[in-house]
Amino acid sequence: MAVNYFYPDYEIIRDYNRCINCRVCERQCANEAHRYLDDADKMVCDDARCVNCQRCVSVCPTRALKITETSNTFRKNANWSEKTIKEIYRQAESGGVLLSSMGNPENYPVYFDKILINASQVTSPSIDPLREPMETRVFLGAKPDRIQRGKDGRLVSNMPPHITLSMPVMFSAMSYGSVSYNTHESLARAAAELGIMYNTGEGGLHENLYKYGKNTIVQVASGRFGVHKTYLNSCAAVEIKIGQGAKPGIGGHLPGTKIVGDVSKTRMVPEGSDAISPAPHHDIYSIEDLKQLVYSIKEATAYTKPVIVKIAAVHNVSAIASGIARSGTDIIAIDGFRGGTGAAPTRIRDHVGIPIELALASVDKRLRDEGIRNKVSLIAGGSIRSSADVVKAIALGADCVYIGSAALIALGCHLCRSCHTGKCNWGIATQREDLAKRLNPDTGYKRLVNMLTAWQHEIKEMMGGMGINSIESLKGNRLMLRGVGLNEKELEILGIKHAAD
Amino acid sequence: MILSAYELGFRLLNERIRSVNGDVTVYDCFGERFIGAGASSKTIVINGTPGNALGMYLDGATIIVNGNSQDAVGDTMNDGKIIINGNAGDALGYAMRGGKIFVRGDAGYRTGIHMKEYKDKKPVIIIGGCTGSFLGEYLAGGCIIVLGLNTDDYPAGEFTGVGMHGGEIFIRSSKPPVNLPGQVTAGIAGEEDICRIKDDIQEFSEVFNIKTEEIFSKPIYRLVPNGKNPYKRLYMDN
Repeated sequence: MAVNYFYPDYEIIRDYNRCINCRVCERQCANEAHRYLDDADKMVCDDARCVNCQRCVSVCPTRALKITETSNTFRKNANWSEKTIKEIYRQAESGGVLLSSMGNPENYPVYFDKILINASQVTSPSIDPLREPMETRVFLGAKPDRIQRGKDGRLVSNMPPHITLSMPVMFSAMSYGSVSYNTHESLARAAAELGIMYNTGEGGLHENLYKYGKNTIVQVASGRFGVHKTYLNSCAAVEIKIGQGAKPGIGGHLPGTKIVGDVSKTRMVPEGSDAISPAPHHDIYSIEDLKQLVYSIKEATAYTKPVIVKIAAVHNVSAIASGIARSGTDIIAIDGFRGGTGAAPTRIRDHVGIPIELALASVDKRLRDEGIRNKVSLIAGGSIRSSADVVKAIALGADCVYIGSAALIALGCHLCRSCHTGKCNWGIATQREDLAKRLNPDTGYKRLVNMLTAWQHEIKEMMGGMGINSIESLKGNRLMLRGVGLNEKELEILGIKHAAD
Repeated sequence: MILSAYELGFRLLNERIRSVNGDVTVYDCFGERFIGAGASSKTIVINGTPGNALGMYLDGATIIVNGNSQDAVGDTMNDGKIIINGNAGDALGYAMRGGKIFVRGDAGYRTGIHMKEYKDKKPVIIIGGCTGSFLGEYLAGGCIIVLGLNTDDYPAGEFTGVGMHGGEIFIRSSKPPVNLPGQVTAGIAGEEDICRIKDDIQEFSEVFNIKTEEIFSKPIYRLVPNGKNPYKRLYMDN
């Protein structure tokens, strides 16, 4: 039906004065948007296939290509956007649930952008991090209620198992399957070099990566793919995934087409069979049940590893976190509604969950009010985009942050939001060998190390500016934050004052 | 080694079981959880009632319970054997990937859900009695056999095989299965199918001293999914 023939959202503009028919764009586009016409000795393109991943633009040796937003437009309507109308057409045609990838792109407030950081002037002098010691190390895990001393008066070490990080940033869970092997290797090697952690997600741990165990968090999700005793003992910490910011309340579903070769072997499911993670863990229907899963992991690892519970930021997040903090969990990870994903139903990604800034501030306050903040560390994720977001998250009460999208962007991702097609031209969200090899882990890991080394410098600069020389002194230090353009209620939840107040 | 669980609590009991090189017999067991979690190479005999998550992540060890067991037996089990000389609770063999679980009596809700198989790893659950609802929910691989030896009725509850996309379920019953979800097909098991499970049934009958003739005295239905990609047509790229 004609109604389904959309004019493409993006147009490929080729400057024929510059094009030399080298056909590199054709070879590099997995969506087959470019084609060479033999008869005419000319490159042509099909805009409808373009996802605007910028791969062809980046590799074109003569800069003959650019992608622009189309000027074709539906009749303007403030209520019915063109996007909404097209989505209805798609569903009317297919009867399908709309599927999207990466984080929520809709225009909701970004609270990090409405929070500003303090600096010292005259009083409490600022510190120069280039010439003075500055501590960014963090320890994640439960802290003992009180100091214990032996009969001889010496300290008794009663510290529960911890993970130590050189800086308060870790790579968040992205499963092997949703991302390529080379992506995982880049993350693992970068984590090892930086002294931080990466997270396997729920796709199991590839045997080549066991050697990075000291810098690995392994995940146990409802599908329990690739989970066995060796896996649980080949890591620094175990994470139970209850939910994910991009799709709170629903499970995962890796289609059979992506269960190939080593992905099948690592997940321990047959090739071509769907890998379905149920929405709930069917052995967890309550905090008591969660406690059971937490302690089952502790038993299987002989109490040597901290256990993380990851939840999506949802309406009652502080009450839920309070329950989790009483379950024996050592670390709670909260994932905000802007968190990325390899595939999620569009409606869920764009309409379910709450912002991480509010969730984090609320959880931290609740745990402090109840006197149990020391029982858990808090990790905040769900769109941490820069070192400034890291500093703000820590001042709002986080011990550490998770980054996912930012790490993928460092590896070349251009946020075309087409991960679910499996045809990532940057070699990240794909299992196609010809595409996956485009990401070289030797350069990939260096780019991650570069980015986080830069972030670490910036974090130190901002801390120094505030006159703070240890990240511990920044944690929950809301006096270092001020809001701009926020209403009373928002300021109250964030626990911060308005600028100049 | 023989251990009394009396007033030890699960943590101490499990620590002692872990520290023993060789077989262990536990008596006075009264709800202690996580017994044998991740155990790989011993036989643990339990006299009494072990608590939840018995044999969780079991990795090759054998657990024999002389009594009933509670919920989540063999959760995420990788290899080994669990034998229950009584009834079992809910979510038995959840996400199990290998090994065998034999229950002489009944099992609760959600038996064998999300079990999966991979190459030579093929989990088997045999229930001598009946099971509750959601038997084999999300089943992705392996084999669940429900014998209903203690009933003349159909021995499984409602919603059997919901979301099933792999593996097979055998149900011994004089009444055919009803109310199955659309993506599951049921029929009387053929000779080849029976041949495949004969050794496991034989082992089960020897363990619990039940005559195989009795087991094969009723029809055995076999439930399989229609496809391994049940939700392929659910989505539309946006």
